[in-house]
Amino acid sequence: MSSGHSTADIQSHIKVYMTVFAALAALTIITVAASYLDLSTGEGILLALTIASVKGSLVASYFMHLISERALITWILMLTAGFFFVLMFIPMASFIDQAQVG
Amino acid sequence: MDSHNHHEEPFYRKYIWSTDHKIIGLQYGITSLIFLLIGFSLMMIMRWQLAYPESAVPLVGSIFGEDGMLLPEIYNSLGAMHGTIMIFLGIVPLAVGAFGNYIVPLQIGAPDMAFPKINAASYWCYFVGGVVMMSSFFTAEGAARSGWTSYPPLADIEVGQTMWLIGMIFLITSSLLGSINFITTIIQLRAPGLTWMRLPFFVWAQFVTSFLLVLAFPPLEAAAVLQLMDRVAGTSFFLPSGLVVSGEVLGVSGGGSPLLWQHLFWFLAHPEVYVLILPAMGIIAEVIANNTRKPLWGYNSLVFAVVFLGFMSFIVWAHHMFITGMGTAMSAFFQTTTMIISIPSIIILSAFFISLWGASIRFNTPMLFALAFLPMFGIGGLTGLPLGFAAADIYLHDTYYVIGHFHYVVAPGTIFGLFAGIYYWYPKITGRKMSELLGKLHFWPSLIFMNGVFMPMFIQGLAGVSRRLWDGGLEYAHASGVLHWNEFMSISAWLLGLAQLPFIFNIFYSLKRGEKVDKNPWGATTLEWTAPSPPLPHVNFEKIPEVHRVAYEYSVPGRKRDFTPQTEPKKG
Amino acid sequence: MDIPYTVEERPDTGLFNAKLGVWLFLASEVMLFGGLFSAYIFLRYGAPVGAFHEWGQELNIPLATLNTLILISSSVTMVMSWASLKLNDFKKYKLYMGLTLLCALGFLIIKYIEYTAKFDHHIYPSTNTFYAIYFTLTGLHGLHIIGGMIVLFYFWIPGSKMWDSKPEQFTNRIEIAGLYWHFVDLVWIFLFPVLYLL
Ligand code: HEM
Ligand SMILES: [Cu+2]
Repeated sequence: MSSGHSTADIQSHIKVYMTVFAALAALTIITVAASYLDLSTGEGILLALTIASVKGSLVASYFMHLISERALITWILMLTAGFFFVLMFIPMASFIDQAQVG
Repeated sequence: MDSHNHHEEPFYRKYIWSTDHKIIGLQYGITSLIFLLIGFSLMMIMRWQLAYPESAVPLVGSIFGEDGMLLPEIYNSLGAMHGTIMIFLGIVPLAVGAFGNYIVPLQIGAPDMAFPKINAASYWCYFVGGVVMMSSFFTAEGAARSGWTSYPPLADIEVGQTMWLIGMIFLITSSLLGSINFITTIIQLRAPGLTWMRLPFFVWAQFVTSFLLVLAFPPLEAAAVLQLMDRVAGTSFFLPSGLVVSGEVLGVSGGGSPLLWQHLFWFLAHPEVYVLILPAMGIIAEVIANNTRKPLWGYNSLVFAVVFLGFMSFIVWAHHMFITGMGTAMSAFFQTTTMIISIPSIIILSAFFISLWGASIRFNTPMLFALAFLPMFGIGGLTGLPLGFAAADIYLHDTYYVIGHFHYVVAPGTIFGLFAGIYYWYPKITGRKMSELLGKLHFWPSLIFMNGVFMPMFIQGLAGVSRRLWDGGLEYAHASGVLHWNEFMSISAWLLGLAQLPFIFNIFYSLKRGEKVDKNPWGATTLEWTAPSPPLPHVNFEKIPEVHRVAYEYSVPGRKRDFTPQTEPKKG
Repeated sequence: MDIPYTVEERPDTGLFNAKLGVWLFLASEVMLFGGLFSAYIFLRYGAPVGAFHEWGQELNIPLATLNTLILISSSVTMVMSWASLKLNDFKKYKLYMGLTLLCALGFLIIKYIEYTAKFDHHIYPSTNTFYAIYFTLTGLHGLHIIGGMIVLFYFWIPGSKMWDSKPEQFTNRIEIAGLYWHFVDLVWIFLFPVLYLL
């Protein structure tokens, strides 16, 4: 690991981990609670995925140290994210497109 | 620290569970060449059936039944397994596993791959995958019969597919382990001074290839898991409701869609076709630069083209699905991207052609294969363009035209590239050159018969003859005018098989009798030629080289020699 | 000649080999689960409107919520075990690693309870496409947990000897294992709402 991790650094990291933990737990409760609200399907999906994305980025940024990770890793992940969205979107889009025509 | 140099390793550590990238490369190479031979043999049997549909198969016919006739289901097995073996067990392991493993660390001046144990694991995963695939022939159900593309619903309900899926999961795992290793190695272990734009083009090609494998293979792994679930857990991922099989409604919940498979499959399989071609292009670049004794023309544009190609290959996959009823918006999108992706291919090919201009070419065997690659790949690529237009593809899809198209790219394209690589690097691996005479005896007939096999496929395809027909299309009136080509193609195929004998003989013969060579028999510039032939076990180089120049400094005016190795310091 | 940059960082990338390797592996994992998520979306679109939501009603949300919390806790203990090594506190490392494994075990037990409850109600992967993808996704995720547990267990007991001989490399290994473990947690963070709540 890089030498930039002094004892004091680590101790302040630990505080951050605890805060993140609290946030994750709270968000979990919130997303469950929200699922009992009377939202339309679209709103429900949007809300749940937004919360999940926030939680996901907390884990990635702090537990996985992405927030201070080297540029190379960030580039690789951005590339991956790009293809991930292609994979999400196009199979679905071709479905919609097909429905309109057929 | 390191004790490798000082003690002799036991046999199994040296040749079986070896972690030396060179041994692993050779393991990959030997295994995949055997698989190529097996895959080719399956095809030679199929070609009998196509040429003489009414008659018993000679020599091996007795395996298939009393009268020696090839039953339709066996024909289907042979076809599915031919494609699977050639692509997943033959070419990819040879192009990436063997050449990548052996050459990449040498070309970047590294002592080994970044993760030697994972490297060995990758080979053994491949081996197990291969064994699973091959053993499926001997199970009661027989081998898979649903094409290398394994389209459901057929693949969901046809026998033999389960083994195929299990084998694929091993092969995919192997590729993933290998390609993670390649990327890490290329990024982390480049020798001092070897900056990105000084890398040999072959390394770039392997780099992009590895990214394709890392990011495109997992969706197929997901799809394979889903298909496996369909088969063993009774799910309906790919089975629509109310599917009727042999007159009865299938007893499954339904609700799935065969299209889902096609999306996931081609999301891998289009990048996969670039996995098949890019390493070969890398080899061709090395061989051309070396034998024209000139720097490659447009190195930078080659690099950008290959990276761009890598990106684009992820967003063209649905050009394999034009006739699945997709709407116009999607189809327009994929037609456009398909046309765009042909641009970098053309850039690469053009750069190679221009590199020949004004050169005093050395016509040795590797160069002959490289020269033949250019027009052959050209034919393959150009015939892809009509397929990329939905209007034309609706007619051509699933005809022999498509078979002709991709075989031109892969057979006289990629495989010629791989041959060039074998002839070119054999001296590095063994310390001896391969026989030139035998090499030419291999090259010329191969070139002629390759075309004899695949050119008529365009004729048949344009006439509308479908692929995957057991009798080659006897029952169709529109096929009757072109079926006489079948005999011609089959004979060419068998002669093509014969033409490989000098090659096989050459490999063994030159091991003992080939002309002995030193470190750098071809007068080449890249790093692998500064290592001993063969390179030292485990460490490759006597000393990690230092790099001072770009990859291809050939015939620089004013210098004494017509090549300047990358390790030669710049003066002043 | 050893392979360079197994422990120390390469100056121009700032990474040691295994770290780059594991991130590439995770990238491929993103695409693996991506393929399955994409299948989920595809099937949901193909199903009658609202069917997925309705079929999902059988799932046990309180148990799954508990499981989410457990998995998040295991992520925290995981990162704490790494931080303990950084602080040179091997005892704490052992403690936190043990807790991580305990959480993982708890997660699997709850998963097992959920699965058997489904089977008791005659709900199987073959019941409909929702349960097909539910069992596939959670099953594959469970396999990832099991695989992770094997690795973590190795570093907890047999492999921890390395701390005495090569502390820096050992810490690196824990960091790498942690990255994988957090990723498995991250996947669950998405699986949970997608499968249980929507
Ligand atoms: C240069 C531009 C290329 C274009 C525009 C192109 C276009 C296409 C299209 C549209 C198809 C689908 C045809 C159909 O099924 O109806 C196809 C099939 C295929 N292409 Fe290409 N292609 C190109 C290059 C390549 C390369 C470089 C390779 C391999 C190394 C390749 C290998 C294949 C294979 C294996 C198939 C058939 C798969 C199957 O259905 O079994 N193509 N190509
Ligand atoms: Cu394609």
